[in-house]
Amino acid sequence: MQQSQTAHLPAVATGSSAVVQAVMAMALGLFIVGAVGFSHISAVHNAAHDVRHANAFPCH
Amino acid sequence: MPIFRSIVFSAALAGLIVGAIISVAQFFGTVPLIQKSEVYERKAEAPKPPAAHEHAGAAHDHDAGHSHDSAWEPEDGFQRNAFTVGANILTAIGFALLLTGIYAIRGRPVTWREGLLWGLGGFVVFTAAPGLGLPPELPGMPVAELAARQTWWIATAAATAIGLCLLAFRPAAWAAVLGLGLIALPHLVGAPLAPESHSEVPAALSHHFIAVVTLTSLLFWALLGVSTSIAYGRISRP
Repeated sequence: MQQSQTAHLPAVATGSSAVVQAVMAMALGLFIVGAVGFSHISAVHNAAHDVRHANAFPCH
Repeated sequence: MPIFRSIVFSAALAGLIVGAIISVAQFFGTVPLIQKSEVYERKAEAPKPPAAHEHAGAAHDHDAGHSHDSAWEPEDGFQRNAFTVGANILTAIGFALLLTGIYAIRGRPVTWREGLLWGLGGFVVFTAAPGLGLPPELPGMPVAELAARQTWWIATAAATAIGLCLLAFRPAAWAAVLGLGLIALPHLVGAPLAPESHSEVPAALSHHFIAVVTLTSLLFWALLGVSTSIAYGRISRP
């Protein structure tokens, strides 16, 4: 197990396609956090109100 | 897209668990403080008796200015708490996608201790740095304009993240100088200031809230770092 983790694995796993997929997933994550924590829609704000305060997201 | 699928699955799993745990922590920690503070908020918003100040019509205009008076809001009790749990889980999944995406880009197995360190990085970027300029606020506190605070918050998190990455992954001296500069810059510019006004919320309550929020957030990021690293390690294994 330990030996197989040496030099060759990173080169295979971080191809450009892997980076593109990872960046897409991170963009999705930022979109979700933005919708829950930063949306100006009143209904969204009220639904997530306590979470916004508890996460110290700017509120009101 | 096998890597995207692994990231989403492990982030959803970790986010579900951490969101549920942190909701329990909030119900004992932050939620009672928010509810206590809302008593003062309502007291401040309530129309003043005519004897105290001007004519009664002014109070009506004041109410209309508040965004959360007319729109839908969850009922207190089960509904409100259910939305809090849901929003916590979604937030945890969102941040878990960021962490797991980083692990995928790193392209080698991430141990739970490394995951913990990435989680603590998230705590610095998303809680500690923005919290220096914009401390966690209870409802009813005087605050600056919302859009300005959101812009400063997002810019501070971004600058701190880039600064930390430069410090951690670029060994050159220029990177250390630039990284430290980026971390300091938002605080030199300064967060949008709240207008000088009296708040009904007691100072002791708001100080207590800041400590509880920061501790809850530390728990959130530590759990999220560890759980994402374990989940991604298991799910992405060929």
